[in-house]
Amino acid sequence: MEVNQYLEMFIEESKEHLQACSEHLLELEKNPDDLAIVGEIFRSAHTLKGMSATMGYEDLADLTHKMENVLDAIRNEKIHVSPEILDVVFESVDHLEEMVMDIANGGDGKRDVSSTVAQLKRIESGEEAVTEVVATTIDTPSVASVLEYDSFEQTVITQSAEQGFNAFEISVRLREDCLLKAARVFMVFEILEKDGDVIKSSPTVEKLEDEQFDQQFYVAFVTKESAEDMQKKLMKVSEVDEVIVANINQDKFSEKEYEAHKEVAATATLEEVATPAHTPVPAKSATPVKAEKSHAPVGNKTIRVNIERLDILMNLFEELVIDRGRLQSIATEVNHGELNETVERMSRVMGDLQTIILTMRMVPVETVFNRFPKMIRQLSRDLNKKINLDIIGAETELDRTVIDEIGDPLVHLIRNSVDHGIENPTARRAKGKPEEGTVVLRAYHSGNYVFIEIEDDGAGINRDKVLAKAISKGIVTQEQSFSMSDKQINELILASGFSTADVISDVSGRGVGLDVVKTTIESLGGNISIESTQDVGSIFSIQLPLTLSIISVMLVEIEKEIYAIPLSSIIETSIIRSSDIMNAHNQKVIDFRGKVVPLVFLEEIFEVPRKELQDDEFHSVVIVRKGEKLAGLVVDSFIGQQEIVLKSLGNYLTNIFAISGATILGNGKVALIVDCNALIK
Amino acid sequence: MTNAVEQESIKVIVFQLADKEYAIPVSHVQGIEKLMHITRVPKTAKYVKGVINLRGVVTPIVDLRERFELPISEHEETTRIIIISLEDMEVGFVVDSANDVLDIPSNSIEPQPEVVGSLEEEFISGVAKIDKRLLILLHLEKVLNPLK
Repeated sequence: MEVNQYLEMFIEESKEHLQACSEHLLELEKNPDDLAIVGEIFRSAHTLKGMSATMGYEDLADLTHKMENVLDAIRNEKIHVSPEILDVVFESVDHLEEMVMDIANGGDGKRDVSSTVAQLKRIESGEEAVTEVVATTIDTPSVASVLEYDSFEQTVITQSAEQGFNAFEISVRLREDCLLKAARVFMVFEILEKDGDVIKSSPTVEKLEDEQFDQQFYVAFVTKESAEDMQKKLMKVSEVDEVIVANINQDKFSEKEYEAHKEVAATATLEEVATPAHTPVPAKSATPVKAEKSHAPVGNKTIRVNIERLDILMNLFEELVIDRGRLQSIATEVNHGELNETVERMSRVMGDLQTIILTMRMVPVETVFNRFPKMIRQLSRDLNKKINLDIIGAETELDRTVIDEIGDPLVHLIRNSVDHGIENPTARRAKGKPEEGTVVLRAYHSGNYVFIEIEDDGAGINRDKVLAKAISKGIVTQEQSFSMSDKQINELILASGFSTADVISDVSGRGVGLDVVKTTIESLGGNISIESTQDVGSIFSIQLPLTLSIISVMLVEIEKEIYAIPLSSIIETSIIRSSDIMNAHNQKVIDFRGKVVPLVFLEEIFEVPRKELQDDEFHSVVIVRKGEKLAGLVVDSFIGQQEIVLKSLGNYLTNIFAISGATILGNGKVALIVDCNALIK
Repeated sequence: MTNAVEQESIKVIVFQLADKEYAIPVSHVQGIEKLMHITRVPKTAKYVKGVINLRGVVTPIVDLRERFELPISEHEETTRIIIISLEDMEVGFVVDSANDVLDIPSNSIEPQPEVVGSLEEEFISGVAKIDKRLLILLHLEKVLNPLK
């Protein structure tokens, strides 16, 4: 079967449907009476089942089918939504997700789900024994009907009947002494496929091809030929003993199942049939769902593009950026009017192009955020806390490279907020807060950055406890602690080896988490800060660059060497007199706008060889910052601002002090990028 | 490294370093470049000369004379950079000159004589004698190793 070309699409769409399932399930949990939501879930589950059956992932289709039965029963008000039922359905969705992940990783999507299946069955039959007959087993009394049809197949059969096709169930028996069973099967199928479509066979085609059957097999088949003709044609195959062609009794398919499938088949009229007549839903609750759904597909013409292609496009563009730099420097040297004009024009067009390419690689943070509602639900159950998660600005976009990295740190931070931040309901009541704690996950753009904030209305950070702990762990000394601001103390919890929960739980780990979060975010060129008021709550704020591949830098010169300082860490540049430099202990400092700023002589740090010692009266200084702290980098001269492409130094040179990477300049030479974070302690 | 085909002979790039001839299997050589601008990288080992722009890829450069603690000479017209690829690393070696590709019969390779007795000894995987020429075969992993 040629399924590979569809596999990617299948995986993508399955993920989308599962995501829709979880989202609606969470909604359903809040409004258990809203049957319109059940309808939504049912539709997603149903499409998923159809797709996975087509792709041959039987386990996936089977579990979805079982889940669907339960949903159907809920939809028909045979079962009432209860947390226990939702738990099982959630569990099934988890299993389905695992299966899809497995398929995505090249597996076969098989997984032992027997306990979940058993639970689903129990729910389905326990509350309402009738439902089982409706969907799972359609034991038609008709003689020939050996095959069972799931709802997808039923739809196909019913629809083909409407279009004037005959649906047959054909039983073929081969002779006892038949030697090449697979070959005969092949011949039978060849005849069948010439005249119509095979919908199903028992055993499956794979098993038939492997000769894993006795003498007889069954095929469900739709055709325009008559039963008699088909029988005669099939009997022509040698070594076939008997062929029985019988009509498939479509009346046995439940009317309801069919209804449901009609909806899926006719997606265009989806909204109208969304809530079938036999599930009375108050119109009020149904409308918001519809409104939300309907504006998504309109005016949103998109195509799926392989990420690899976008990466290639980006790489090619990076090459162009380097050449642009080169052209610019040549143009300045030559100083030819027309050349300058052309280069300028090209630069402008490339600027636009860069914006477009970068936005093309942008992904809404939603892709990361959407796994959190389920996580919070699970956590609040595990910890016996009541927590409400608000997500704001999920549509905020970030570069894919950043998105890929940001997931784990966010998981850590949210777990931390839930575990250490939000108090248990009793404690909250005692403090006069509502029992239900709130965690707000907020994302927004500001300048060239994206901010992600995790805010909770929990206990906040206990300043004294943190300080005592930090001192006992040797992270800070008693003396240091006196001069620390509240913010600095808060940020101590990001230091390694720190865990303030009295009982170490498996939720937020053993105090290794937050330290990893800090490192990851800093390695992305970002920043994390904490604001907290005791008993009111905390805000963890993460600042991230929009992209990681092309950055703006200030080029500076030291002797003959050129270094690049990321613009994101520069506050300003200034020229200072030698006489303005003061000494504090062994550290040279300057007074910068009323603040004492230490000076870092890059030529010393980078051991730049100098032919002769120079003693300038003036020094060029770049003021950089890391969080709240400032430092002045002393260089020989400023060259200017430029967009550059980040390149790694390769695998041979790793961990070079205060160098975060390299770039290629317009003249083809390599310039190193200064890592300001390493220069400020 | 030595599989069935190479049993008979291995193809090597021959280069000169302080009047001695060295050899590196062709399979590890990505290319030979003329000397170009090297950007110094601070706070690295003395023999790491820096990085170059090798057609858009930033490639580190090691001066083999300094790596083997041989007397340092000025770079000349013949000075070449041999680009080596080993595992997932790409590194350029600065050598005095490189201008020969040879087939060395496997049976002419011998373990290195103890007499050599300098620092470079540990970087040698064997020696080969061909027509009165003595070729020193480099052990690339060891040449690159200490920095990992």
